[in-house]
Amino acid sequence: MNARKRAWLAALALGLGLAVLPFALDGLLGPYWVRVLDFALLYAMLALGLNIVVGYAGLLDLGYIAFYGVGAYLYALLASPQFGIHWPFWATLPLGAALAALFGILLGTPTLRLRGDYLAIVTLGFGEIIRIFLNNLDAPVNITNGPQGITAIDAVHIGGFSLGRRHELLGMSVPSTVLYYYLFLICMLVVVFISLRLENSRIGRAWVAIREDEVAAEAMGVPTRNIKLLAFAMGASFGGLAGGLFASFQGFVSPESFNLMESIMILCMIVLGGMGHIPGVILGAVLLTVLPEALRYVGDLQRHVLGRVVVDPADLRMLLFGLALVLMMRFRPAGLWPSRRRQREFSATGDVAEQEQASLFDARR
Amino acid sequence: MDILAQQILNGLVLGSIYAVVALGYTMVYGILELINFAHGEVTMMGAMVAISVIGLGLAAGLPALPLIVLAMLAAIAACMLLGLGIERFAYRPLRRAPRLAPLITAIGMSILLQNIAMMIWGKQYIPFPPVFPQGEHRILGAHVTDVQIIILITTVLLMLALTLLVKHTRLGRAMRAIAQSQPVAQLMGVNVNAVVAATFAIGSALAAVAGVLVAANYGQAQYYMGFLLGLKAFSAAVLGGIGNIAGAMLGGLLLGLIESLGAGYIGQLTGGFLGSNYQDVFAFFVLILVLVFRPSGLLGERVVERA
Repeated sequence: MNARKRAWLAALALGLGLAVLPFALDGLLGPYWVRVLDFALLYAMLALGLNIVVGYAGLLDLGYIAFYGVGAYLYALLASPQFGIHWPFWATLPLGAALAALFGILLGTPTLRLRGDYLAIVTLGFGEIIRIFLNNLDAPVNITNGPQGITAIDAVHIGGFSLGRRHELLGMSVPSTVLYYYLFLICMLVVVFISLRLENSRIGRAWVAIREDEVAAEAMGVPTRNIKLLAFAMGASFGGLAGGLFASFQGFVSPESFNLMESIMILCMIVLGGMGHIPGVILGAVLLTVLPEALRYVGDLQRHVLGRVVVDPADLRMLLFGLALVLMMRFRPAGLWPSRRRQREFSATGDVAEQEQASLFDARR
Repeated sequence: MDILAQQILNGLVLGSIYAVVALGYTMVYGILELINFAHGEVTMMGAMVAISVIGLGLAAGLPALPLIVLAMLAAIAACMLLGLGIERFAYRPLRRAPRLAPLITAIGMSILLQNIAMMIWGKQYIPFPPVFPQGEHRILGAHVTDVQIIILITTVLLMLALTLLVKHTRLGRAMRAIAQSQPVAQLMGVNVNAVVAATFAIGSALAAVAGVLVAANYGQAQYYMGFLLGLKAFSAAVLGGIGNIAGAMLGGLLLGLIESLGAGYIGQLTGGFLGSNYQDVFAFFVLILVLVFRPSGLLGERVVERA
């Protein structure tokens, strides 16, 4: 068997595995875990979007969740009783992605001259500004319905076939979560495909060049400003798409879903998985979505061993995220599944290490 | 007129707190070029420790004045230890790492501290016991509480003390030397690790005092209070020119005034479209505007842009 054939077989096996996964999970662990799986896919999309900004272009964006929020709210406003508009998903989803990209450019234009850490703070501020506006735009004109959020958002439907309901297909009863799983899977594969194709394109190489040394990149003729803006817009559009999907899946959006901790969680996924490496980022997203769910068993364990719940597992989640960020940066800065290039950068010895590291994100002195 | 005087006073009180917290950011940034994200959380810890000590002291029947001193000292000691620990554990090992690395550990540290505080003191706002004098005065038509007067006096004293320390002591000179060039300072015999540790300790002590004062002013504290306070103080430091001590003070006071006046008058300015619930937005807008139009801040020297 030659390598090409083996790759095809592996892809086929992976495809089959992904296709039956929701049914397997439903059977083995219960329908709740299919929902978790759906969220894992959503977060994988978000993480891939942020990966373009942080992983490829090296621009630390701490307000990324704002784009998710923009996409979600646009979908919510255009497909709910809030304004009585009920546009179909094939109009609202791309529109959400486009609006998010526009917001990305809006944020990027004034800020991209800034150095890495300043950029982080400004993007963080931008994320908070969006959230505060979503929270307060219910008066004097009610647009976002304030802290209560928007409810009764339409599910994705194709003709009369709504993904929001259980259906009888091929003699099987297929719940809504499984239908959404396939939709999310398709969207994620599109996102993965775009990311893969971008990675080694002229644009992708320009991003990496900017990440490694902006001055050198500019000297080589990379139009740094536009290329950075493009990174922001691309990343944001993925966020907007995921946001629209989230709104339709959840049927409800409120400003609290788009707070800073969410931004940081997505950053955690990238850092944990391996910045700039697509499989690593997906691994990070799945791990960080599934592990907090597994934390509920910690509550059960406490009840069994200690007789009562001493530490609420939900509270443990953020604590562990914080700890994970610190420990990862100290002991495995390249992530759990880094790209080969990044691994070399972090494990090179002596002078090379110093040189490589010094130029990793920007020149230091 | 009364309202204007009141807003200005509130702005000054708020701003002097921002200024003291901003000093911690600016000192660390001046020396290490690192945004110490966890600084706001150190402030929060100061407030929490003080509340606990005051609670214990009240139960033991201590009189108010020694209790305040005791609580302040306890908060300062706890925060200094915390600051030193953060530096040693999260920043020092990464001093030669790529720039993004310490920033990410800083964010991690901040979340970690928030959640530790949440586990110890709970999610609810906890009241600050009324141990400070509770009098109220009218000055130029504005209501002034005793706590506000105490805040203004304390912060001015702290700023004076810090200026003296940085300008006229050996430690201060070493700090300035490292800020200019770490390798050269090292060659001249400056113990860089010791000075950086001292900087974190001093910044954290200032944060502790600010935390106690802010909790006393609002009469409550919560595990999340440090986060926004820290962000605003950082904005203040950038506004004044990060790395510049006088800039942090000026930036803090200005930001306090902008916020207070902005929240007071935004309704009139926008014809009632935006209200005072947008108060928290101002700091971020100021931050973005400063970074876009004058990245070196009001008093900062022109920083050479390193790509």
